[in-house]
Amino acid sequence: MAYAQPHPRLSVVSNSSHSSIDHLSPTTSSTRFSLPAVPTPQAVAKPAANRPNIYDRPLNKTRNAEVSASAFAFLFSEIVQYTQKRVSGINDLERQLNTLGYRIGTRVLELMVWRSEGSSKTPKRELKLLSVLMLIHTQVWKAVFGKAADAIEQSVENADEYMIIDNDPAIERHISVPKDMSQLSCSSFTAGIVEAVLDGLTFPARVTAHNTPITQFPNRTTILIKLEKSVLEREELLKK
Amino acid sequence: MAIFSLWVINKAGGLVYQRNFADGLASLTSNEYLVLAGTLHGIHAITSRLSPMGPSSGVQVIEGESFKMNILLTVTGTKFVLLTSLAEPTADSVLQKVYSIYADAVMKNPFHTPEMPIRIEGFDTRIGALIGTGQT
Repeated sequence: MAYAQPHPRLSVVSNSSHSSIDHLSPTTSSTRFSLPAVPTPQAVAKPAANRPNIYDRPLNKTRNAEVSASAFAFLFSEIVQYTQKRVSGINDLERQLNTLGYRIGTRVLELMVWRSEGSSKTPKRELKLLSVLMLIHTQVWKAVFGKAADAIEQSVENADEYMIIDNDPAIERHISVPKDMSQLSCSSFTAGIVEAVLDGLTFPARVTAHNTPITQFPNRTTILIKLEKSVLEREELLKK
Repeated sequence: MAIFSLWVINKAGGLVYQRNFADGLASLTSNEYLVLAGTLHGIHAITSRLSPMGPSSGVQVIEGESFKMNILLTVTGTKFVLLTSLAEPTADSVLQKVYSIYADAVMKNPFHTPEMPIRIEGFDTRIGALIGTGQT
């Protein structure tokens, strides 16, 4: 097959049309061009260059679109390896992963709000702490991981601490942390996402991730949210 | 009907993983396993060049009187070797599953260095769940 590779951005449909033509053609690829102009799926499909700009595409069209978990696992593995080479110590590594997650979180929040409130006639904004936490537990987790988190709890000891619990975090599914780094939780990346969402909704907090394995779920992870004092003070005022 | 042992040989011929499941084969020291793995790597290289019909995948099964050795060569040159009893019918499918577990638990793990010995808890657990005590 001597013809040029199809453009990578052409759809699967157009690829299959290539092969069906090859199948029909008695000789080499050059005959492909002398075939009568039958409207093939490739001819019908828009050329790749005319596809709408990503910013012009409807937001809700890709609401349920998914990316390959495998591809993400490889990417995340490389992210961790890259980061690990450039830090000193576990705390530093967690902080870096948190920063990387933060950059995702700001975008997640923006996209989520546009999707849910963009077409609404009466757009609203979450003001109460509890509804914000539920929003993260359900909406954010669904947007990022495709399922809601498993639990949300308030700390017994500290009123400013809340915990979101994921029994089997998708980003850690294939990661085994070696014994000498057992402190490390790669979910610091997720913590960064949560921190950004909270910051974006003006609920500033410090968010960290901790391994809390139980026999049934060895990968169980707790995302610990420590809210700033001002947030709790505002909550008190809103109650009145 | 038993699975005795699993080896993983990297593309340079080094043994990066070795685990026994059932009794039935002489147990060797880790050095001896390393030598055997290196030898098998050489044999494999020879057999892959012997085919008169152009490139070959190399040896896939070596049978002895009491055991057989099933070899799976991946496209990246990593070899999975499963030592089983002669009548083990699941060897091929187990090797494929081992390959997929390797792809998941080893290659997607940021704390693994390619071509180095595999010391990964998740890999151990999943292989244990797949093969268990070696009795099928």
